[in-house]
Amino acid sequence: MQPFTTLTSIVAPLALSNVDTDQIIPKQFLKRIERTGYEDFLFYDWRQEPGFVLNQPAYKGAQILVAGKNFGCGSSREHAAWALTQYGFRCILAPSFADIFHSNAGKNGLLVITLAEAEIERITLRAKAANGYALSVSLEANTIRDEDGFTTSFAIDPFRRECLLGGLDEIGLTLRHAEAISAYEQRHDQENWLAARA
Amino acid sequence: MAAPKTLFEKVWEQHIVAEPEGEPALLYIDLHLVHEVTSPQAFEGLRLAGRGVHRPDRTLATVDHNVPTDRERVHIKDPIAAKQIEALRKNCADFGIELFDVNAPEQGIVHMIGPELGATKPGMTIVCGDSHTSTHGAFGALAFGIGTSEVEHVLATQTLPQSRPKTFRISVEGELPHGVTAKDIVLGIIGRIGTAGATGYAVEYAGSAIRALSMEGRMTVCNMSIEAGARAGMIAPDETTFAYLEGRRFAPKGADWERANEEWRKLATDPGASFDRELTIDAHKLSPYVTWGTSPGMVVSVTDTVPDPQVGATEADRNNLARALEYMDLTPGTPIEEIQIDRVFLGSCTNARIEDLRAAAKVVAGYHVHARVSAMVVPGSQQVKAQAEREGLDHIFREAGFDWREPGCSMCLGMNPDILQPGQRCASTSNRNFEGRQGKGGRTHLVSPAMAAAAAIKGHFTDIRTWEYRRAEVMA
Repeated sequence: MQPFTTLTSIVAPLALSNVDTDQIIPKQFLKRIERTGYEDFLFYDWRQEPGFVLNQPAYKGAQILVAGKNFGCGSSREHAAWALTQYGFRCILAPSFADIFHSNAGKNGLLVITLAEAEIERITLRAKAANGYALSVSLEANTIRDEDGFTTSFAIDPFRRECLLGGLDEIGLTLRHAEAISAYEQRHDQENWLAARA
Repeated sequence: MAAPKTLFEKVWEQHIVAEPEGEPALLYIDLHLVHEVTSPQAFEGLRLAGRGVHRPDRTLATVDHNVPTDRERVHIKDPIAAKQIEALRKNCADFGIELFDVNAPEQGIVHMIGPELGATKPGMTIVCGDSHTSTHGAFGALAFGIGTSEVEHVLATQTLPQSRPKTFRISVEGELPHGVTAKDIVLGIIGRIGTAGATGYAVEYAGSAIRALSMEGRMTVCNMSIEAGARAGMIAPDETTFAYLEGRRFAPKGADWERANEEWRKLATDPGASFDRELTIDAHKLSPYVTWGTSPGMVVSVTDTVPDPQVGATEADRNNLARALEYMDLTPGTPIEEIQIDRVFLGSCTNARIEDLRAAAKVVAGYHVHARVSAMVVPGSQQVKAQAEREGLDHIFREAGFDWREPGCSMCLGMNPDILQPGQRCASTSNRNFEGRQGKGGRTHLVSPAMAAAAAIKGHFTDIRTWEYRRAEVMA
């Protein structure tokens, strides 16, 4: 996983709530067995509309996306996180995120930041001016700032932060507990009312 | 005496393998369900890292998402879909995982077959790379959907690092009015708390209306927990649960069964246990619901009208309402019962069990599908399909003009050839009405099986509470 430390980028505004993973990547692209090559399918249906934010030259190269509440709701498809990162996004700002998307993002080096609705509205408004509005995000300092003097700090789960900063492999981290897993299984496997196959 | 605990807390605490300082708890996973769509990259990851599957005996696989539902489906015409299914076959063979393949008698939607086989049991932790894994919570299991990286994690370690969700008890009290079903309970809840209303929570459904539901009804309620944003939905196991499980293939037998019952009875929330949040809903006030928009929270009673987009709190909210009305091609103030439909989909892990098919068959018996409407029934599993055929339900549906198909996820998400055409409007028993969910440009209205069946006959939504049943001998 690519580590995340700091990022300065222009901001693409997606002023919609409840952006579901079916919109982020429609089902017809989930049949592939590869982990890469999803960038062209990001927001596939919406990108057919010429006015869609990602079709506007002003937002070309944006690595930060700002959206409405409950971003990433619906299907658990990690393809949504793959499509966003492979397209070039490294950070999503929203008032809230759906749980599974939140988790999938972290495992792909995509930093998702929850901010107050007023802050999201402010950032959205600035970004909509399409004049190269940019933000600097520091995961080391837990801060976001712009060049007009706006600055805010954000909260993030400390473990998720460590994983993102270090680009850590979570399976590797879990395997540190191989002995504990094995000890748990010795006991737990006796509890056959919880066996997958009795 | 130990402090009183909730159902969730009991299951959670029994599965903690390690609690490293400053890290999420490492949770043991009892059952991992695998399907073709969210697993190939996970198996690829295992191979790249030189890792194996830690517990194939705690892993079950089937094909459901992209399988066609026609009779000739063994030969999949879509080469990309065929390759994905072939990949699952190879992965299961290479790593020693039992696979219920396309025409196996056990095949079906992954959330149907876990319970049918008795693999899903009270007190378990269950995961699957699919958000509707919450279905299994109906048995008092802690069951939740995961992404592909987590699928790989569970395959490799049989554990998952998980931050502890908060607890939320939703009590539905009283008797459900005639014509109001489990689907309406959950649509009513989502309409009330919103699609992010339970984000960060493990929900426990309780109350007399929940207790009175069959296991199938409970599965319908838990299934759509994710549509309220919940990490999981759970219902305490009781005699209804045990009666459902007894004798199933992977359920304990003999003395083990007695012992299991003893353990499972301990799982219910203790009196006096506290929740982070509580909500009580009066069952009498629920009615048959129909979604009008592009999010399951955009829902009204069948006797209501398409709402006027109230001024949303934020610009994003206002945009959403306006966009939903435009996408759905609806005018505020239109009575729901005047909305005409083109298609009906009876299926999905929400509502494709035998009781769902019986309820729909009872409605359509003696009628014929409206001339404009094309209607299909996709049983959720081979077992449901076989049972329905034993009961003659397939004849009732066929006589009424429904298409009777093979099991799979089908038009719930349209990964297979079953999709809406642009502009088509569908009454669907599935779980999501997102833009394009059932096909690009398609318009989905979520309803109960009986409501979908009645809409198929009338060609528009109609209040099932006033339905005139023509063939009384068709079982309820």
